[in-house]
Amino acid sequence: MSEERLLPVPTQLSQPFWDACRRRELVAQRCAECARFRHYPTPRCPSCQSDRYDWAPLAGRGEVYSYTVCHQAFHPYFADAVPYVLATVELEEGIRMLAFLPDLDPAAIRIGMPLEVCFEQVDESLTLPCWQLCDEPEAGEG
Amino acid sequence: MGTTGISGHCAIVGIGQTPYTRGTEASTLELHLQASLAALDDAGLAARDIDGVMPNELSGVIAEDLILNLGLDALRFTSTIRTGGASFVTAIQSACLAIHAGVARHVLLVAGRRGYSEQRISRSSQGGMVRMPIMRTVDEFERPFGNNVAVQWFSHAARRHMHEFGTRPEHFGMIAVACRKHANRNPQALMHAKTMSLEDHQNSRMISDPIRLFDCSLETDGGAAIVITSAERARDLPHTPVRVLGIAEGHGEPPNSITQKRDMTRIEGLWKAAPHAFGMAGLTPADIDCAQLYDGFTWHTLGSLEALGFCGIGEGGPFVEGGRIELGGELPVNTAGGLVSEAHVSGANHVVEAVRQLRHSLPPDRQVPDCETCAVTSEGDFHEGAVMLLGRSR
Ligand SMILES: [Zn+2]
Repeated sequence: MSEERLLPVPTQLSQPFWDACRRRELVAQRCAECARFRHYPTPRCPSCQSDRYDWAPLAGRGEVYSYTVCHQAFHPYFADAVPYVLATVELEEGIRMLAFLPDLDPAAIRIGMPLEVCFEQVDESLTLPCWQLCDEPEAGEG
Repeated sequence: MGTTGISGHCAIVGIGQTPYTRGTEASTLELHLQASLAALDDAGLAARDIDGVMPNELSGVIAEDLILNLGLDALRFTSTIRTGGASFVTAIQSACLAIHAGVARHVLLVAGRRGYSEQRISRSSQGGMVRMPIMRTVDEFERPFGNNVAVQWFSHAARRHMHEFGTRPEHFGMIAVACRKHANRNPQALMHAKTMSLEDHQNSRMISDPIRLFDCSLETDGGAAIVITSAERARDLPHTPVRVLGIAEGHGEPPNSITQKRDMTRIEGLWKAAPHAFGMAGLTPADIDCAQLYDGFTWHTLGSLEALGFCGIGEGGPFVEGGRIELGGELPVNTAGGLVSEAHVSGANHVVEAVRQLRHSLPPDRQVPDCETCAVTSEGDFHEGAVMLLGRSR
C-alpha cells in the first residue's frame, strides 16, 4: 500500500464514534425515546424524530449481509492490496457497517459468515475499525 | 386523456446530441451548447424561445453558463435536481410542472460530461468529478476502507441479489450482450464496431466481484439535450410529439449508502416511483413496447426490470434469458446500446433514444415495430430513481 490515504474527517456529530475507536470500543447512536440503534450518524432518529440519543456500546459482532472482492483499486492506497474483501456487516444490534477485511482470503468470504471487530491504529489521533472472522467456533462444532 | 395531474400535458419536441467519443477537445460546457443547439434546431425553435432551463448536476454546468452562451433572454425558470444519475428524468418531472403551471413554455434540459477526457473514474476516485453533497457519509465511513466508487458499492447489491434469488453472472452477461447487439446496429454508439459474446463477457476482467468490466457503463465524452413544451404547443412544431404520460421520482431508504439499505436487492427509488408513474399514465407494464433503463451497471438493468414490474422480485435473471430484451424480443431494452455500449451521457441518451423510437424515425433494423409506448428510467446516487412513461401522439 502506498500514497496518501483517504482518512475520515470527523464531524461534531460523529466525533464520539471516532473517540470510542481510539479506546478500541465500537459504539453507535441509540435513540433515547424509542431505543433504536442507528448508523451512520444523524442528528435525529429517523423512526421517531427525537434529537435525544446516547452513544451506546456495541457487541462488535455481526454477520456478512453482502460482500465484494475488489480486483481493481480505485485509490492508489489500495493498489497493492488487491484483491481485497469488503463486506456489508449486519451487527447484532441491527445496524450495518462497511467492513474492511484485510486479512481474509478472498476465496473464503460467504454471506452469513460471523465477523468481529478489530482495530487499526493509524496514529495517536485516529484508530479505524476493521473486521475479522469470528474466533468463536460455530455452534455444533468441537 | 390521462388519468391524473400532468399526464399527457407535456411533450418532448426536440432532441439533440454530440458525437459520443473517447477523447474530445470540447469543454463540458461546449458539449452542452452543441447538444442544446441541436435540440433547438430539431424542435424548430430559437434560443429566444427557451424560457426554462434545467442544468444537470453531474456536469457542473450552471444556468448562468447557458444564459451567457445561448442568450436566453426570456428565461423565467431554472432548477437543478441533485440525485446524481437519477437527475435527468427527475428534472423532466419538474419541467412538466413548470409548463403545466404556466411558469415556462419551452424548457431545455441538457446533460453530458467529459467522462473519458476528465472525469475518468477508473483512473481516480475523486479527480475531475463534480462533488455531490450526499457523498459526505461515504467519504467518512466507507472510502477510507477502499469502498471508493460506484462499481464497488453496487457489487454489494448485485451479490445479495444473487444470494437471495439465484441470479447468475450469465444473467448480467445476457444484458451486456443484448446492449452490445443494439450498439452494433447504432452508428453513434461508441461500441458500434465491437461485437460481444456471452463468453467474451464471462472472460472480461473482474472489477469488483460479481461485476466484470463488460458489466460497466462506458467512460465517454458527450452531451445530449431535449426540449419539452405543452402538448398543445407541440402540435405546431415539426415532429410527432412524444407525450409524457406518467412520471414520478422515488428515493432510497436511507439515501446515503448502499450498505445501509434495508433491502439491498431492490432499487427502491424506482420501486417507489413506478406505481405512481403507471397510475398517472393509466398503463400497466404489459402496455409498454420498449424500455430505456439507466444502466450504470448491468445490475441496474436487471433491478430496474423488477422495479417497474416487468417481472417479479428476483425474476430479473430468468426474464433476460432467451433474447427477451433484445430487438425482436418481447420487451426490447436499451435499444441504442445503453450506457454500457452506446455512451454514458448521464442517462440523457436514453431519453433521446426513446423519442426516436416513438417518432418511428429509426432504420428498420433498429426500430421497435409499431412502438406506441416507452418506459425510461434514471437511477443515481444510492438507488434514487425516476420513472417516465412516454407515448406517441396520434
Ligand atoms: Zn427514536
